[in-house]
Amino acid sequence: MATLVSHPDEVRVISKRFGQGATDIDRYLQLDGYKAVQKALAMQPDALINEVKNSGLRGRGGAGFSTGMKWSFVPKQSAKPKYVLCNGDESEPGTCKDRLIFEHDPHSVIEGVMIAALAVGSHTGYIYIRGEYRYLSVIMQKAIKDAYAKGFLGKNIFGSGYDLDIYWHGGAGAYEVGEESALMESLEGKRGIPRIRPPFPAIVGLWGGPTVINNAETLAAVPHIILGGADWYAKLGTPKNGGTRLFCLSGNLNQPGVYELPMGYNLKKMIYEVGGGIPNGRELKAVVPGGSSTPVLLAQEIDVAMDFDSLAKAGTMLGSGGVVVLDDTTCIVKFALRTIKFYQHESCGWCIPCREGTDWLKKTLTRFHAGAGLKKDIDNIYYLAENMLGKTFCPLGDAAAMPTMAFVKKFRKEFEDHLDGKPCPFEKAGEAVLV
Amino acid sequence: MKFSEEFEARFTEMLTHYPTRRSALVPSLLYAQDEVGSLNDEVIAELARRLDLTELEVRNVISYYSMLTTKPRGKYNVQVCTNIACMLRGGEEILDHCKKKLGIGHKGTTQDGLFSLEEVECIGACSWAPAVQVNYDFHENLTNEKMDQVLDDYKKKGTQ
Repeated sequence: MATLVSHPDEVRVISKRFGQGATDIDRYLQLDGYKAVQKALAMQPDALINEVKNSGLRGRGGAGFSTGMKWSFVPKQSAKPKYVLCNGDESEPGTCKDRLIFEHDPHSVIEGVMIAALAVGSHTGYIYIRGEYRYLSVIMQKAIKDAYAKGFLGKNIFGSGYDLDIYWHGGAGAYEVGEESALMESLEGKRGIPRIRPPFPAIVGLWGGPTVINNAETLAAVPHIILGGADWYAKLGTPKNGGTRLFCLSGNLNQPGVYELPMGYNLKKMIYEVGGGIPNGRELKAVVPGGSSTPVLLAQEIDVAMDFDSLAKAGTMLGSGGVVVLDDTTCIVKFALRTIKFYQHESCGWCIPCREGTDWLKKTLTRFHAGAGLKKDIDNIYYLAENMLGKTFCPLGDAAAMPTMAFVKKFRKEFEDHLDGKPCPFEKAGEAVLV
Repeated sequence: MKFSEEFEARFTEMLTHYPTRRSALVPSLLYAQDEVGSLNDEVIAELARRLDLTELEVRNVISYYSMLTTKPRGKYNVQVCTNIACMLRGGEEILDHCKKKLGIGHKGTTQDGLFSLEEVECIGACSWAPAVQVNYDFHENLTNEKMDQVLDDYKKKGTQ
């Protein structure tokens, strides 16, 4: 069970039922549960889509695409069944927010899937949860069962004449499956290898049918938007970045934790006030602002609003909301190596630039960190990363390339300090590991 | 081969969730593994038969997912996260400590079959780092002392 934290600056929308016992369906009903879906049943699908569009809700999985827009791409008429797929394969390093939603408010995800299904005219939804989250799968399976028992799911939901089934599905350990097309492959019982796009899932998705795929946090926000209204939700955030989001604060902080803050909250405040600053009297060195795939920010670059557009302007991404804080004892070369080791491990090998690129990067960085690097390796690392960008079916290649390029660009001096057989300046004497 | 009644009930129900039988494969493999201990030849043959797949197709899927294994693990699989958030808060030290304490390395199993050790990628406990999963249970905000306690508790539980 993950510990809950709180801060006065929090605006609790998605997290307002955390710690309230809302896994129990009756308790969830007391806390305005399943009201939004009943309101949605009385609305036209286009009105639902417009409401979500106007709310400024953007995908919380990382890409930040407009949720309402995504829904609008699903054709009205389809010979094949349409599907809604909730992505709960949370695995981007630095990210641990969906876990709390499943643990404390599983029905909000179910309700979000229901509303998405009504908006696009789908009668089947799936909630995919990563295999490691077994205790959350147990919670979700029970929540779904309870919703069926109340007549909220199945035939003729709420006596509306609308049939809607929602099922749980579990993974078995794969980061790449968090990518939408690999997620569908996994749900179809295959290796999570990405599909080429177009066609996009909204046209050809699960078993060839039009499919809406949204992150669990995105879907959990939807019932609140339907109940509170698009204007209310949009105003919580910044222009074009509606609402709040769960920020996962981790790394060298006094008070790490998952905090719900308005979109556009200042990163510096987030680190020093919400997160309690850097422990042990150390200084801030850098921040990875949105999960391991997002380019690092230097200490002097953190006076920035945490929304999709402001971070894009700052040359990085809001990503999945995983804010990883590095103090000045951190070796960037080692940090870059650990990041790339992850992507090398998770690359499925389908696209050669990613398969070979992550492998060579890992080898080069390992050698480099051990003090056996050559000056030309620094440019080579950058070159290898640059040559993966945009050259793969799924964004795993980009996710490995983007942070690596930023590490080299922003910390070249630190790479140079590892040259000429010198031991890593951050390792205590005798601890450097040679390959 | 025989699985538990619980597995059978779950499996039968799961098949009704999808338009294709194959879709039940990944979760079924994990549930079968939890029961049998590993995805041995017999399990693979059985699930392939039930889902109208070849054994090769099943093996092909198994090799993709990092939680799935064809080799038995210890009763308690200690999975230490060393990814960035855990690394910054001492995940590597926890791994080293476990290696010394258990006398095994990455993917090793103790002679008594009680423990396996694995260095794993992000388990979604970043804000509560460093973290370890023992089978499916999370242990968070760890120190070497707390890790000792965790391992001792499992040892007690496993040898009772």
